[in-house]
Amino acid sequence: MDSDDEGGFNSAASSIELDEEMSSSVDFDSDVELDDYQEDETAFEATAKDLAPRRKAYEVEYRVYSPKDIQAQQDDQVAEVANLLEQPPEATAILLRHVRWNKERLIEQYMDAQEELLDKAGLGQDISKNPPRLQVIDGFCCDICCEDTPGLESFAMNCGHRFCVDCYRQYLVQKIKGEGEAARIKCPGDGCNKIIDAKSLDLLVPTELTERYNELLMRTYVDDKENLKWCPAPNCVYAVECGVKKRDLNKIVPSVHCDCKHAFCFGCTLADHQPCPCVLVKKWLKKCEDDSETANWISANTKECPKCHSTIEKNGGCNHMTCRKCKNEFCWMCMGVWSEHGTSWYNCNRFEEKSGSDARDAQAKSRQSLERYLHYYNRYANHEQSAKLDKDIFHKTEKKMTLLQSSSGMSWIEVQFLEAASQALQQCRQTLKWTYAFAYYLARNNQTAIFEDNQKDLEMAVENLSEMFEKSTDQLAGLKVEMMDKTTYCMRRRVILLDDTAKNLKEQTWEFIVDMV
Amino acid sequence: MAGNKRIMKEFADIQANSPPGCTITLPKEDDLLNWEVTMDGPSDSVYAGGRFKLAVALPKEYPFKPPNVSFKTKIYHPNVSNDERGSMCLGMLRADEWKPPNKIVEVLKLVRAVLAAPQPEDAVEPGIANEYKNERRAFDKNAKEWVSKYAK
Ligand SMILES: [Zn+2]
Ligand SMILES: [Zn+2]
Ligand SMILES: [Zn+2]
Ligand SMILES: [Zn+2]
Ligand SMILES: [Zn+2]
Ligand SMILES: [Zn+2]
Repeated sequence: MDSDDEGGFNSAASSIELDEEMSSSVDFDSDVELDDYQEDETAFEATAKDLAPRRKAYEVEYRVYSPKDIQAQQDDQVAEVANLLEQPPEATAILLRHVRWNKERLIEQYMDAQEELLDKAGLGQDISKNPPRLQVIDGFCCDICCEDTPGLESFAMNCGHRFCVDCYRQYLVQKIKGEGEAARIKCPGDGCNKIIDAKSLDLLVPTELTERYNELLMRTYVDDKENLKWCPAPNCVYAVECGVKKRDLNKIVPSVHCDCKHAFCFGCTLADHQPCPCVLVKKWLKKCEDDSETANWISANTKECPKCHSTIEKNGGCNHMTCRKCKNEFCWMCMGVWSEHGTSWYNCNRFEEKSGSDARDAQAKSRQSLERYLHYYNRYANHEQSAKLDKDIFHKTEKKMTLLQSSSGMSWIEVQFLEAASQALQQCRQTLKWTYAFAYYLARNNQTAIFEDNQKDLEMAVENLSEMFEKSTDQLAGLKVEMMDKTTYCMRRRVILLDDTAKNLKEQTWEFIVDMV
Repeated sequence: MAGNKRIMKEFADIQANSPPGCTITLPKEDDLLNWEVTMDGPSDSVYAGGRFKLAVALPKEYPFKPPNVSFKTKIYHPNVSNDERGSMCLGMLRADEWKPPNKIVEVLKLVRAVLAAPQPEDAVEPGIANEYKNERRAFDKNAKEWVSKYAK
């Protein structure tokens, strides 16, 4: 398929116009409001904040931490508070976990009602004076296993709930291994809420479990802090800190990029779904699940040519199709004529509501609402599918490029533009995909036309770039500059769309057809 | 298994001194992990006159994990799942509330107490719970109907 720029998609020409748009769209100030998201909390204050370039409306401030960083943070906070309270670090750690690492609250409670706090945290005694130990007690019968053999070793905290050491250990194994508990394991005694302290755990947790135990303790630290979350990527060990609060999620979509390269939403931890707010993502996914049967046929990889009806298979991400038989060029998404897609009046992305009269009865209305859903779902699913196909094509190309390197003398660095293009495509399709879920819930107002234009522009930019991947490998080498231009252009269009959408989201100028709860 | 001595003792104790309205048997003589309970509906409740079969299954980790309680006789109750499992899961029957010294006799007392006084805030059947809270008469009628239909 040949790329043709007839539709006004000459990348050089567009970039001039773009620079103007860019400068105007970054003008509004996002920093003032965003500062509200920054908790004045302590341990990881961003120091280079003032030096950092001004953020775009869709960007949030965040930091990525390794397990070592997290451990160090915990240790620092424990040491600091231990000093203040004049308590041993073990007890301080329990206290901090007890108040879910809210240092201020801990200090306040400690000052106000020390006894009560220590009691509630399971530290009703001074454990340093009276270290935990195993004991053999005459006539002891374990209430868990009913053993009463003489010489049976047993353990109890100062609450007096005594059990044989085997039962105590097995209880801990069940809690740690079976239930993933660590920081707040209670005494096994019936009705007893005393938390087992770190010293007792050291004595009792079987050595083969200490690693797991420490891992879980670290997990609870991150789980307890509202501004920390684990990266959800499988096997990733990093955590991300971000100040965006739950209550702000209707005004901002906090995408973060982990050091493992996974981009995810800090609000709901799903994969990056900008520009669509979390609550709409949730509704959308639920709707797609409920309506999956209706929508299933759409993801099919074959369709008929709208002109000659011969079967056409889609094997790349590009939506510009050419029928092998009749040479008809059409759009995979809307089945419309391709040559019209670049023109200003053509709307592949916009759903045209049918005007009044024929949508009066209930049946017509429900048909229309289904059509509306399918319009957006179709495009949503198509970008998801296309992203996969683009990736496949890239992998094939990558192999060819390796061959080409040796034949053409191009260096590995010189073929990196392909990687960059592929990544841009993935990223832009991800964004486009979610623009359709977003658009589905969007109520028409003054802002929506701009959104749809931005969506259309990004879509065309993506299709133009995607098309280049279908060139033969020997052609690709000569198209390097053009491809790099188109990659840059795609990324710019993405920034413009995201920035505009985020700005309006923050200012709450969007109206939605559903309640944002 | 650590729990064996304990389970045998529990079973002997419960035979010698069964909780009110309960008869406990082992359907399979050599299987200590599966108990069968016949429970009479509490006399001052809508379940009065009903006789309910319950299965008490002890997990292999027992007593470090709670037993599973399920109604084999259908019962109209906000805290019993209205499906073929008929499971009940509240209070000490939850893994995070269960403590290893807890005994099955206490579980059975709890179950009977919940029959006498349903806990709609902890319901597994929100529909029945709502009815219990807002239309007590309809609830009573339905519950009694089920008793005469399934529990006689
Ligand atoms: Zn024991
Ligand atoms: Zn205790
Ligand atoms: Zn990661
Ligand atoms: Zn989200
Ligand atoms: Zn054709
Ligand atoms: Zn189209």
